[in-house]
Amino acid sequence: MSRLPKQPGERINRARTVRFTFDGKPVDGLAGDTIASALYVEGQRTFSRSFKYHRRRGLLCCAGQCPNCLVAVDGAPGVRACTEPLREGMRVEHLNASPSLERDLMAVTDAVGGPFTPPGFYYKTFIRPRRLWPLYEKVLRNAAGLGRLREKQDEREWRSEYRRRHADVLVIGGGLAGLRAALAAAEAGEDVVLADEGAEPGGRALADGRHDEARALAARAAGAGVEILSSAPALGCFDGLVAVWQGTTLHQIRARRLIFATGAIEQPLVFAGNDLPGVMLSGAVRRLISLYAVAPGTRAVVAATSDRGLEVAEALRAARVEVVAVADLRAGWTVLEAQGRKQVRAVVLGAIDGSAERRIECDLLVVSGGFAPATSLVAQAGGRTAYDARRGHFALADLPDGVEAVGAVAGEGATAPEAVPPAVSGAQRGKCFACICEDVTAKDIHLSVDEGYDSIELSKRYTTTTMGPCQGRMCQLPAVRLMAQETGQDLQSVGTTTARPPWSTVPLGALAGPTYEPAKRSAIHARHRELGARVQWAGDWRRAYDYGDPQAEALAVHESAGLIDVSTLGKLIVRGPDAAEFLDRLYPNRFSNLKPGRIRYGVLTSDAGRIMDDGTICRLDDESFYVTTTSSGAGAVEQWFAWWLADWGMRVTLTDVTQGLAAVNLAGPRAREIMGRLSELDCSNEAFAYLDGKRAAVAGVPSLILRIGFVGEVGYEIHFPAAYGHHVWDAILEAGAEHGIRPFGLEPQRILRLQKMHILVGQDTDSESTPFGAAMPWIVKLDKDEDFIGKWALEHAAEHPSETALVGFAMPDGDVPTEGAAVLDERGEPVGQVTSARHSRQLGQVIGMAWVPSPLAADGATITISDERRRLSASVLTKPFYDPEGEVLRS
Amino acid sequence: MSYLLTCPNCGTREVTDFAYGGEVSRRPRERPSRRELGAYNYFRRNVAGVQREWWYHRSGCRAWFVAERDTRDNRVLWTALPDEAKAMQ
Repeated sequence: MSRLPKQPGERINRARTVRFTFDGKPVDGLAGDTIASALYVEGQRTFSRSFKYHRRRGLLCCAGQCPNCLVAVDGAPGVRACTEPLREGMRVEHLNASPSLERDLMAVTDAVGGPFTPPGFYYKTFIRPRRLWPLYEKVLRNAAGLGRLREKQDEREWRSEYRRRHADVLVIGGGLAGLRAALAAAEAGEDVVLADEGAEPGGRALADGRHDEARALAARAAGAGVEILSSAPALGCFDGLVAVWQGTTLHQIRARRLIFATGAIEQPLVFAGNDLPGVMLSGAVRRLISLYAVAPGTRAVVAATSDRGLEVAEALRAARVEVVAVADLRAGWTVLEAQGRKQVRAVVLGAIDGSAERRIECDLLVVSGGFAPATSLVAQAGGRTAYDARRGHFALADLPDGVEAVGAVAGEGATAPEAVPPAVSGAQRGKCFACICEDVTAKDIHLSVDEGYDSIELSKRYTTTTMGPCQGRMCQLPAVRLMAQETGQDLQSVGTTTARPPWSTVPLGALAGPTYEPAKRSAIHARHRELGARVQWAGDWRRAYDYGDPQAEALAVHESAGLIDVSTLGKLIVRGPDAAEFLDRLYPNRFSNLKPGRIRYGVLTSDAGRIMDDGTICRLDDESFYVTTTSSGAGAVEQWFAWWLADWGMRVTLTDVTQGLAAVNLAGPRAREIMGRLSELDCSNEAFAYLDGKRAAVAGVPSLILRIGFVGEVGYEIHFPAAYGHHVWDAILEAGAEHGIRPFGLEPQRILRLQKMHILVGQDTDSESTPFGAAMPWIVKLDKDEDFIGKWALEHAAEHPSETALVGFAMPDGDVPTEGAAVLDERGEPVGQVTSARHSRQLGQVIGMAWVPSPLAADGATITISDERRRLSASVLTKPFYDPEGEVLRS
Repeated sequence: MSYLLTCPNCGTREVTDFAYGGEVSRRPRERPSRRELGAYNYFRRNVAGVQREWWYHRSGCRAWFVAERDTRDNRVLWTALPDEAKAMQ
């Protein structure tokens, strides 16, 4: 088939051919074509198979509204062929038909299934025997549907981006009314965004002869500063924020004024065979002719309720399509049936009073059942609609402040008298579809009312009318009309279903796309890479998990020295006249009596007495404290401190230096010698004792050195400006080289701390753990006079001994139980769980920590651990496995 | 849910810039009974109407402030730093 002569407003570029494939066959289209226009010109009439009955469906709206032309493009289903621009090499395939679009075996459901497949048939028919449901489900899911998602996708094909846009005015809809409103606002000096779903602004005017006006207006609006978003459908209104999807960007637009210019949607008519390929809305016909120079048929019949019928008949004649008859409802004629197997071959027209009938052969039936204002988005923004009996549709009745409507959605421009079509005509002649998305017939709605689903909201959920890809664009009004007819109510009483987002099709990836949190890397990260570290995620951080041999790295800490990057620790400076009192109020233990230059361990509890975080606190001077937190808790602790500070209004300032300072822990029997070589400090045990904090230069870099022992050996945690990360790291490794120093990662650190039974908050504790249960009763100073966060709950907890306790356990070298494995009582019932477990080469044992019933929290008690099918026996320890009295640490 | 909040330091921002800190409640001054403590820790008034609540400007100045908001329509009546908020009745 060839194109029509050049049309004045055509969008195609006849000089440029675009080649693509449809179901494997190569097809040539023109630049500017959509998939549908290029296929239609090549004679394709069937574009899809319907949801339930697998009936042939062809182009109906050509405006991206109905479900009939859904195809898969390059493997991604759910693309509307009628609006998707043609791209060179695109691979287009049909959906929901097998083996082919032309020969679809499931079409048998159309011939035999009608009486057996009423609404909800799958609940009624496929329930017995119950054990076969999985099979039924599989069959039903294969039979129905709108294509198949790829099971596997090798790589990310696109990323969605979120864009926030604040404007004075947002205009939704780029037809003439929307363009005029946008232009007026921009000329008045307002910041205006216009979102339009079309490939170019202009809407209906592009196809009805007013293309020059539309294009000139769009150019003026752009010139006046309107930001025009094309191919950008609005998805929904959410409390004043409008989500607009464009390509790969989700615009979140907020404007003082929302102007809805969403237009009106041409409605189909409900009659027998109204879904046959060749039945087309008048707007679709105009678009095919005007934009793509495609003749929609050769011999046409028109059935309409307004002047649109005569207008489209004119346009058809101009395109040299023979118009055999126009059935104008205002003159008492309508269409009863479309006949044909693969496409329309003839139509039966009838007088509305039943007095006459006429069968006419044709290959195109153009219908126009009036226009329904596209009020859905306005309703989401708070607008109300009411039934307009004269026009036969629901029109806007009430708008909230800041919301305006212009153009066809506001009822402007619809002055010609219209006739309201009957709910259904020719019902006894065949299937009359009210909802083409979900294959719901007029009869189905009749049946559902019979069954008691007599409100529009119930009927929607039972029949799924309005729930398909068109989201009610094509079926809301017909369904309401049928409902009114069946229940004997007027349309206002029947009402419409609630308008909900999404109004337009949106890929799930647009909504489920990740929120991007930047990865955090320590200032020393590059060195870890160079040293061959295995890098893993730890919260937001990228951390060195190990450098190849975690057990050997842990042993090096015991035998010589190790160095670990602990820059991820949260670091807060708490300063001010009230700083000591502030910490006394936040922690269950005391800090006001901590001497400057000394360090104390602290556990933060909530007011429910639960452990929130832990860390060390070093008093720098009378009014300053250096607080470290867990790596993952840094943000939460700062937020927690700031919250209480805001409430209490104390003379304290908080400074988060987590990112500003790097930190490394140098630990092991040779750590003291290495420290001595790097600083001027007297590192003897007398001068620099366990839990001392000193400020000194390390490798020339001003540092805070904390003598603490998370890993169980003499250790120095060195905090210094992050910019010197590489320098200090290199200097320590160099100074320690002759002592056999090794860098160690997160995993060996976990082995080492487990040997010392140092808990990891969140790993060994959960949101129910108190310091008493976690075997740290010594940290709670209930004799503190002052109130502190968690005091009351901890007082209660002290009076009511915990039923479970956190203990260590050891077992012979061998299987390591999974973290999370159950602890069983003598009857085999689960009574606790393993929180940490590791093999320790130093101890030659498997060690771990577990929550057990309090009676078992005694040295030497035996517990049974159930891990999958294994039963493991372990003995309980309440003191650290390594250096239980801390002699090594203090040496 | 989507609306704007005005941080007393930074100005008006999308609500997603902030962390919600829950309704402003009164911490018991004296040792509470178990029931009172339970109510303070675990029960919220959850009003349908105007409530005073804490907000934290997580993606901004990291300050806590107080807002009065109508939970039915997310209309924010005012926001203020805690000192100023205490004066507002």
